[in-house]
Amino acid sequence: MAKKMQISLTVNGEAHELLAEPRELLIHVLREKLGLTGPHIGCETSHCGACTVDMDGKSVKSCTVLAAQADGATITTIEGLGNPDGLHVLQRMFREHHGLQCGYCTPGMITRAHRLLQENPAPTEEEVRFGMAGNLCRCTGYQNIVKAILAAAAEMNAKEAAE
Amino acid sequence: MIPAAFEYHRPDSLASAIAILTEHGDEARVVAGGHSLIPMMKLRMAAISHLVDLQKVGELRGITVAGDTVTIGAMVTQAELIAHDGLAKAAPLLREAALQIADPQVRYMGTVGGNVANGDPGNDMPGLMQCLGATFTLAGPGGSRDVAARDFYHSAYVTERADDEILTKITFTAPSGGYAYEKQKRKIGDYATAAAAVLLTKAGGKVATASVAMTNLSDTPVWSEDAAAALMGSDCGDAAIKVAVTAMLGDIDPQKDNRGPIEFKRHVAGVILARAITRAWSRA
Ligand SMILES: Cc1cc2nc3c(=O)[nH]c(=O)nc-3n(C[C@H](O)[C@H](O)[C@H](O)COP(=O)(O)OP(=O)(O)OC[C@H]3O[C@@H](n4cnc5c(N)ncnc54)[C@H](O)[C@@H]3O)c2cc1C
Ligand code: FES
Ligand code: FES
Repeated sequence: MAKKMQISLTVNGEAHELLAEPRELLIHVLREKLGLTGPHIGCETSHCGACTVDMDGKSVKSCTVLAAQADGATITTIEGLGNPDGLHVLQRMFREHHGLQCGYCTPGMITRAHRLLQENPAPTEEEVRFGMAGNLCRCTGYQNIVKAILAAAAEMNAKEAAE
Repeated sequence: MIPAAFEYHRPDSLASAIAILTEHGDEARVVAGGHSLIPMMKLRMAAISHLVDLQKVGELRGITVAGDTVTIGAMVTQAELIAHDGLAKAAPLLREAALQIADPQVRYMGTVGGNVANGDPGNDMPGLMQCLGATFTLAGPGGSRDVAARDFYHSAYVTERADDEILTKITFTAPSGGYAYEKQKRKIGDYATAAAAVLLTKAGGKVATASVAMTNLSDTPVWSEDAAAALMGSDCGDAAIKVAVTAMLGDIDPQKDNRGPIEFKRHVAGVILARAITRAWSRA
């Protein structure tokens, strides 16, 4: 077995130092070592996007990132965006517009949508669909996910204009 | 699915990265974005004892457009390539192709260098680089050398690059005229069933120069000189396109797999190339 290495991660604003084998995957470190079970494991083969987290300002599939590669990175998971007492506007809009059914894909969807709206605050429907192409949903048929993201963008922009 | 154990290295210069490769020989492998390599390691189809992460090697970053010479560092990601306005102006073909590679998450991580060095016939950038007539620069213990993209690919996963060499950059002359990258895939994010890269210039209503390359239709990318020759001097009408498609079909060698039987792939290749030629001509 390879030696464990010391890994530093800043996750949802909190600094962590932990020991991991280089081959461990970021998703396993987040879920099993840090207890952040928001990011899910869907396909394990880099396709579904259920494991999406934000790493240094990029949406990444954390089942395809080695813990060692992430050493030094700043990470945001769904837990860092909002919680039951203070839902993120994307979470509220997914609820309002029925952007989820079983909910398995939802943490990845919302974490990805968050980055998409950072980069493109007023996307068209087509840009939302293209920008969300790395996330699969087996329940909703996507219509309401797209609606929820467009509604979140509209609310975020309205709020900004009012400020 | 977890990769087998390996030792991890994160050198901060090209020289130290090459030194690690030299020390460990074929037991070592570089990782760029990891989005071809890590899936292979998880499936235990790639066994590596020393993984050399290039993320901190500054010499491999950056895009420069100087006059009509374009240079792209090996560690430039697809997302960075798409976002670069200077590059989109100098060579819009690249952005058009990169937007058809994988999905947003993969494009944030996947690099241009990894895409062309990988040697997977499914990758989109190798055919593109053949179409452009790009040059790859390889650095090894004995210094660096340039290899034409058109000479780089020997067979699937076998390239001109030696085990102790790192691809540092890609250089090409910004093309003029019309361009198109057309790709048929089963769904968004998928590798090509067939893809075509076409560059055309026009003079006096006729095709002055042409370059045609096809992706995922053989065990290497196919630069079809015959297809290009069929277009040159023509009016790029239906008849000329038909001759070019027939010429291209003589150069490809698709295999039956989960993207379809050979007949189907040859059919799709023809449709895709005709579309690419038509669009490139409309932009010429
Ligand atoms: C879901 C999914 C869909 C995809 N769809 C597409 C697609 O449609 N089209 C497409 O083209 N690709 C596709 N890919 C592959 C993706 O684009 C990869 O990122 C790319 O093939 C490899 O780039 P990388 O930086 O991730 O390289 P890595 O995975 O890190 O490396 C790939 C190989 O190249 C070698 N290598 C990397 N950099 C260098 C270097 N500088 N010098 C020498 N050797 C090097 C590595 O040792 C390894 O053998 C897809 C991937 C996924 C997960
Ligand atoms: S679990 Fe990572 S992409 Fe599906
Ligand atoms: S809500 Fe069930 S997979 Fe998306």
